[in-house]
Amino acid sequence: MYKILKAEKLAANIYLMDVKAPRVAEYCQPGQFVIVKMDEKGERIPLTICDYDREAGTITIVFQPVGASTTKMTSLKAGDSFRDFTGPLGCPSELVEEDLETLKQKKILFVGGGVGAAPVYPQVKWMKEHGIDVDVIIGAKTKDLLILEEEMEAAAGNYYPCTDDGSYGHAGMVTSKIEQLVEEGNHYDVCVAIGPMIMMKFACLTTKKLGIPTIVSMNPIMVDGTGMCGACRVRVGDEIKFACVDGPEFDGHLVDFDQAMKRQQMYKTQEGRAMLKLQEGDTHHGGCGHCGGDN
Amino acid sequence: MADMMKRVPVREQDPKVRATNFEEVCYGYNQEEAVTEAARCLNCKNAKCIQGCPVSINIPGFISKVKDGDIEGAYEVIGESSALPAICGRVCPQESQCESKCIRGIKGDAISIGKLERFVADYALENDIKPKKAEETNGKKVAVIGSGPSGLTCAGDLAKLGYEVTVFEALHELGGVLVYGIPEFRLPKQKVVKKEIEKVKELGVKFETNVVIGKSITIDQLMEEEDFQAVFIGSGAGLPMFMGIPGETANGVFSANEYLTRSNLMKAFDDSYDTPIVAGKKVAVVGGGNVAMDAARTALRLGAEVHIVYRRSEAELPARAEEVHHAKEEGIIFDLLTNPKEILVDEDGWVKGMKVIKMELGEPDASGRRRPVEIEGSEYEIELDTVIMSLGTSPNPLIASTTKGLETNRRKCIVADEENGQTSKAAVFAGGDAVTGAATVILAMGAGKAGAKGIHELLSQK
Repeated sequence: MYKILKAEKLAANIYLMDVKAPRVAEYCQPGQFVIVKMDEKGERIPLTICDYDREAGTITIVFQPVGASTTKMTSLKAGDSFRDFTGPLGCPSELVEEDLETLKQKKILFVGGGVGAAPVYPQVKWMKEHGIDVDVIIGAKTKDLLILEEEMEAAAGNYYPCTDDGSYGHAGMVTSKIEQLVEEGNHYDVCVAIGPMIMMKFACLTTKKLGIPTIVSMNPIMVDGTGMCGACRVRVGDEIKFACVDGPEFDGHLVDFDQAMKRQQMYKTQEGRAMLKLQEGDTHHGGCGHCGGDN
Repeated sequence: MADMMKRVPVREQDPKVRATNFEEVCYGYNQEEAVTEAARCLNCKNAKCIQGCPVSINIPGFISKVKDGDIEGAYEVIGESSALPAICGRVCPQESQCESKCIRGIKGDAISIGKLERFVADYALENDIKPKKAEETNGKKVAVIGSGPSGLTCAGDLAKLGYEVTVFEALHELGGVLVYGIPEFRLPKQKVVKKEIEKVKELGVKFETNVVIGKSITIDQLMEEEDFQAVFIGSGAGLPMFMGIPGETANGVFSANEYLTRSNLMKAFDDSYDTPIVAGKKVAVVGGGNVAMDAARTALRLGAEVHIVYRRSEAELPARAEEVHHAKEEGIIFDLLTNPKEILVDEDGWVKGMKVIKMELGEPDASGRRRPVEIEGSEYEIELDTVIMSLGTSPNPLIASTTKGLETNRRKCIVADEENGQTSKAAVFAGGDAVTGAATVILAMGAGKAGAKGIHELLSQK
């Protein structure tokens, strides 16, 4: 069992937890992910590592409820436990593996969308710890949905919050902020964009136009997370890659986002059905037009 | 008097009924049936059957105990060679191993060794008969990577010799392919796998789940930081292969590994579990091995019409004859001498069919089997909503790529000595599918035994 030391609601529908998992915390690196399983009957959920404390043996995760298992996870409190917590999985971020002196010469832009701020954070923090100031754009629909602001402000060289509704920071999408920064004369050698698939797709279209090499972190459907099932296969250029072992980071200008988004929809009907069952319990007997009842 | 030439038939669930449930197909022998079958054994002095067993179980020895009604004694005899008899009694290809050597089999039916083994093992599980454990530990620590058949066997053998063994498992359940790969209806998880692993625990073996060696910690770190004096790698062959044909990334195309993992490990067939599975209405399973049969029979039980699409003929099907027979009985349709060319995809990205081509058999190839050749102009389309690719697996590179000095071959398999499991790295041993590529449970167990022997030889010198 893996004990939850802290459970916090960061924004409407966004949750943060610190979990005791010494074996994961000991050697994990920015860019890697974990798989959590809440209880006996839960799904294996891949979540990017948001922060880690090697001394305390803890991992910070941030998640949004999207299916039955993640919705149940929102009810967990400090003192509760996850049945399973595996990792670190996937490859560390390309940038943290690079030669430090070469890296220091580079101007790096991080772009996070929504809950994607969470996986961006450990990379930004790592850069700060290694004496590298980076620019960070974080976008959300509205001010209340911006997360990890304090942390980001402390770790980034320049921090640019954006809101779609203009309630805070730059008014507009992250893509318009990228364009604005470049127009203002900023030059970037590399961009790291992490967030919902649709945001990564458009961020990549923008950076491609601007000629900025871009790394994205894919979050496809997974089961085991160790290369066994192939559910997470992603088309990158001419090749089929497994996000869990070959990624999760890939060259964003080569990823086939349209196909990735279609694959993301694969279990939508079943998930909807499981959610209804969860919300309505025994009172749900079909008739919703989606599920055909519980049979 | 029973006909000594004929084996006692085994009771099975009716095919029509079992096609709709996940209960075990074969009921196994009861004691009366087992004793009758055991009486057919000739108790050969020079028992050929033992030579046919990869772990050299004293087969006539345990069978004669069964004949005398001493089932506990029979379990003890098996226990000298195998830690997992309830599993092997169910999934071993006995017909091509021990039973193929049986002298009774020359003129009549071979002794039903597998079913007798299963009876003895089930009796031991039901009556909670404890295995014999070491009297005291020798204080030497050994790490075993993977809790599949090779790892469990290696761990069990070493624990009996007094070693302090820890098994590291990447997934959240113990058993490796026994829990993620082989379906419930062939190998019940709670009733058989879990209980048989409990017996290995009773020998003193420790288990740690959710540890991915190569990611959570490396082999070098295990030896340097956690004082393990030897390591056995039994990490299996988990990486699925695809065909590389157009449409393979469409929604509704799965590897057999994914499909089976969802159903077996995550129990997606049971509505009370959260993990979803696409049941499919019309499913094609591409391939002809045991895994293909398992995937096909799983899809059938989830309510689909299922076709096995295989490029050679029935004679070349790599699956066990019993599995093919069961699949046919249940209503699986075999499209033989047929090979996929392209998966057809609708505008939403879902499978809508498959373009296939008819094949004929030409000259034998390197494997000795006649090579399938396309018949020009014979392409046609079949309507489908789900395709399951069951083309084999290769070893996961996670461990090889993170362990300095561990040699692998062209097929990414770890190079290890067949006799003792020794790899190119000192104090590191390996066996099972990680070394051979995808094979059988019992061959992996044989390799686990060899590895235990190798480790004991090394560490008892120290």
